[in-house]
Amino acid sequence: MPVIEVDGVTHAYGEQSSRRVVLTDVNVRLVEQRIGIIGANGSGKSTFVRLINGLVNPESGSVRVDGLDTKKHGREVRKRVGFCFTDPDAQIVMPTVQEDIAFGLRRRGLSKEEIASRVSDALTTYGLDGHADHPAHLLSGGQKQLLALSSVLVTEPATLVLDEPTTLLDLRNAAKVADVVRQLSQQVLLVTHHLDLLDGFERVLVFNDTRLVYDGAPDDAIGYYQKLMA
Amino acid sequence: MNTLGLYLPGTSVIHRTTAGAKLAVMCAVGVGSIFLDHTWQVGTAILVVLAGYVVARIPIRTTIRQVRPLIWIAGFVAAFHVIVNGWERAFVVVGVIAMLVLLASLVTLTTRTTAMVDAVVFVCGPLRHVGVDPERLGLLLALSIRSVPVIVGLAEEVRDAQRARGLTASPRAFAVPLIVRSLRHADALGDALVARGVDD
Repeated sequence: MPVIEVDGVTHAYGEQSSRRVVLTDVNVRLVEQRIGIIGANGSGKSTFVRLINGLVNPESGSVRVDGLDTKKHGREVRKRVGFCFTDPDAQIVMPTVQEDIAFGLRRRGLSKEEIASRVSDALTTYGLDGHADHPAHLLSGGQKQLLALSSVLVTEPATLVLDEPTTLLDLRNAAKVADVVRQLSQQVLLVTHHLDLLDGFERVLVFNDTRLVYDGAPDDAIGYYQKLMA
Repeated sequence: MNTLGLYLPGTSVIHRTTAGAKLAVMCAVGVGSIFLDHTWQVGTAILVVLAGYVVARIPIRTTIRQVRPLIWIAGFVAAFHVIVNGWERAFVVVGVIAMLVLLASLVTLTTRTTAMVDAVVFVCGPLRHVGVDPERLGLLLALSIRSVPVIVGLAEEVRDAQRARGLTASPRAFAVPLIVRSLRHADALGDALVARGVDD
């Protein structure tokens, strides 16, 4: 599994007068395959995962993925770390389903045949065959999230970061997305408020008030979080 | 549901024509339209474009949907010309606008966005020498097409929220949240593009 090292990271948004600290002195080394991240709204968990593929560069401290610093090697890091956002509408770039899946592959300079083959496999794997030429915005919420996931996974990242992927979905669609996540062979970092999705995970990080306050086995971490929120 | 200007799969001769050829015809007709001065010329041009819809087997409802957003502005322009220049001039002006919109829609309805992007990137290739990135222009085109249904969807949501709160006739209550939500969407889309390696 890839090794993610976060050393002494503190981060804030805004200028001096409106400066808002969102992460304070986070130190963690992640090598497990399934890692959950939980915490209240505004606790810093989304910023934490955005650091990992270089969407956010830390104000102080460093983040390395397999030894690559996200500040200096953003391009290589983003090839290794795929990112799936909460709102699929905001990450679907192309008008139709198969064009969106092909988008990331086209930018990697693969041949047309290779792209077509990978897109076809992805459509089948994620239950989107039959929707290849459909306008992406007409898919259901669950299908959109599956499209967003498949568009990232088709580029074969070693690590997949999912930032609350089921928050906008109903139970059935959330279960579909959870099934896909469960079957992934990649390293997965999942930010969620749906604690049942962490079933089978190896490690869970709890964030509170910009700090990493608990790091351990899922049952213990969830228990700690529930007490914290009580 | 909105299917404004989005690709409809098909096997017609128009679908099979290359994106470059379709875009070239569209540009040529756009330039040539300034020479259309008589009602029979405009009427013929509209019929030719509509024949294209028939050949491409575009459903009538979809065809009507392409020009429906023009109703208000076309109505205003037509009324102005009827009063000032007479009905013939009104027909020529509004007819040319409708014909061009129908033609542009026919191109997007029968051409995959990726094919259009490839054509734009190819045509803009020489601009590389003056510092323009053709790939970026292609992406801009793709994002513009993708954004149409998104913005329409946001407008519908804002209108629904406005109705739910009884603000039925307030342009400001419509425009402000629509602009804010559009900017938020643009921000999130920017993050997604970075996450998918576009800026690398």
